[in-house]
Amino acid sequence: MYRYDEFDHTMVRERIDQFRGQIARRMAGEITEDQFKPLRLQNGLYLQLHAYMLRVAIPYGQFNSKQMHMLAHIARKYDKGYGHFTTRQNIQYNWPKLSEVADILDDLASVEMHAIQTSGNCIRNTTADQYAGVAADEVEDPRVYAEIIRQWSTFHPEFAFLPRKFKIAVSGAVDTDRAAVRFHDVGLFVVRNAEGEVGFQVWVGGGLGRTPMIGKKIRDFVPKADLLAYLEAVLRTYNMLGRRDNLYKARIKILVHETGVEEFTRLVEHEFAEIQGGDFTLPADEVARIAAYFAPPQYESLSDDPPALTARRFEDKAFNSWVRVNTARHKVPGYVIANITLKPTGLPPGDVSADQMDAIADLAEQYSGGSIRATHEQNLVLPDVRQDQLYDLWLALREQGLADANLDHIGDIICCPGLDYCALANARSIPVAERISQRFADLDRQYDIGELRLKISGCINACGHHHVGHIGILGVDRKDEEYYQITLGGAPGEDAAIGTKVGAAFSATEIVDAVETVVNTYLALRRDGERFIDTFRRVGDGPFKENLYDKAA
Amino acid sequence: MVQKVVTGNRLSDGAVIFMGEDGGWTCKIELARIAETDEEAQLLEDLARAAERARLVVGPYLIEVTVGGRAIKPVRYRERLRAYGPSIHPDFGRPDVPGHFRMGVEANHVHLNGVAG
Repeated sequence: MYRYDEFDHTMVRERIDQFRGQIARRMAGEITEDQFKPLRLQNGLYLQLHAYMLRVAIPYGQFNSKQMHMLAHIARKYDKGYGHFTTRQNIQYNWPKLSEVADILDDLASVEMHAIQTSGNCIRNTTADQYAGVAADEVEDPRVYAEIIRQWSTFHPEFAFLPRKFKIAVSGAVDTDRAAVRFHDVGLFVVRNAEGEVGFQVWVGGGLGRTPMIGKKIRDFVPKADLLAYLEAVLRTYNMLGRRDNLYKARIKILVHETGVEEFTRLVEHEFAEIQGGDFTLPADEVARIAAYFAPPQYESLSDDPPALTARRFEDKAFNSWVRVNTARHKVPGYVIANITLKPTGLPPGDVSADQMDAIADLAEQYSGGSIRATHEQNLVLPDVRQDQLYDLWLALREQGLADANLDHIGDIICCPGLDYCALANARSIPVAERISQRFADLDRQYDIGELRLKISGCINACGHHHVGHIGILGVDRKDEEYYQITLGGAPGEDAAIGTKVGAAFSATEIVDAVETVVNTYLALRRDGERFIDTFRRVGDGPFKENLYDKAA
Repeated sequence: MVQKVVTGNRLSDGAVIFMGEDGGWTCKIELARIAETDEEAQLLEDLARAAERARLVVGPYLIEVTVGGRAIKPVRYRERLRAYGPSIHPDFGRPDVPGHFRMGVEANHVHLNGVAG
């Protein structure tokens, strides 16, 4: 993975010193909260419902054992012994003290981590396919370009005060989208053109929130060397024309929508033509230098499905289920990608205790060359596990309560912090997720239901991605009571779709039953091999509405 | 008029605090000073602004409460969550989450479902 050079170290250290001074001035009364707020947000520090919250960047979701140990240390020393993995492949601490934040940042810097640009109207942490570099289906490792984008976007003076926040995602695979690329301000797929050259397919104007939109493809191919020039052209166009008069219309998706894709593309291409071939051209040797950081480890020459794996799968049903559900094909024979779902039954999605973090760090060191990935679905990945060691890894994970075999099933819920933490939320979301995971705790039932993406947001800002859930749940405030709307038919990936509201909202006591009604409706209607989303697309929302509302009436 | 107390977040750690009887600030809503009249509410607000300038509290504001015996209960559920929450991680959150805030019971080992009221 990427290692800081002297410039990175200096930048991060200077930034901490600056923020330490700003915190001291705030606590001494030399600056007001209004003056302090934009400064703390630029350093990832929010003031939430019960406490401050610090969001730590995990660039494109890639980190290592040493860093995970430090995250555990911070959870233990400065917080309440846990952290929360987010839908932007970051980690949040929910209880830091203002007076200790600079010390936390010092500790983070010691392992090449920071919280810069995890908030504010700037280019946020660039996300990537969590299987980057090991996926069997990718054209090229997208982390190389995510890192180049990180370097370009960090402290980019022209884009420090955009009309609104800006999120970029990169995937090295185009046929399978594991990073919700089409729902980003800019989404990039690494592609190969007819001449066999590698470059980028560019999508713009996707997003969730109040006005969910699927991104529009504005270019089939940008050559590698022009990646930054093209991004610069997109950002300049947005920075010039994006609306600053209305918070709710300030994202690039609204600009693209109001300008029209054709005209927006024309403006970008015009700007691109002006700067192409200039300072923003990526030198091939610089790309090679960055790529060297992501060189694959020394894989051993092994075969798929070794006896050590197949025998254990045959003997141990629970292990076999975990292998079937939670692992993915690795590009190298004899290796496998192992997912650690952070969705234990009845507990908050994405939360990990300090002890679990230490255990994961040790297991990553032992079984995955020290490499760990955070996913936008609030899970973790050990990317380089030998198949003949998978059983030992699973046993160790199970001891830590981290071997839930529910990836992409109804227990694997994306869920925002909701009103238990968040100052913006209208309703709680985590207790709903906990109750749904309890209702569907039986794994055999989950496997019978099959792939089902359930996502919960506590307000319309949609941090829980409810718009792209096969089943989405949105918390609302109805006359000072928590209610929950259900949307159906959303999809985050290559078959991207935005779910539609099925009808009137349900109370907190009704919502779990309503979800079960939706699931049972699907089970009664499905044909052989159909996933929930397939059945929904075939039959529409009619039968679901009927069972949810008409029968109850 | 409806009864009110003044609340905000403590500058040093962000904790939810209420202005108490003696003008100091407390994490316990049951120790909060209650305004029974508009004049008293105005006084609380003025004192809170002074506390904001004195760097004790961030963003103070008045909330409506109901008072029964020694219990002071915010009218709005958002404020009940601020006063007693979070309703998850009971081991990490406040130890004194009152029963009326729990979400009801679906399974014996779960204590967080149903409607807060």
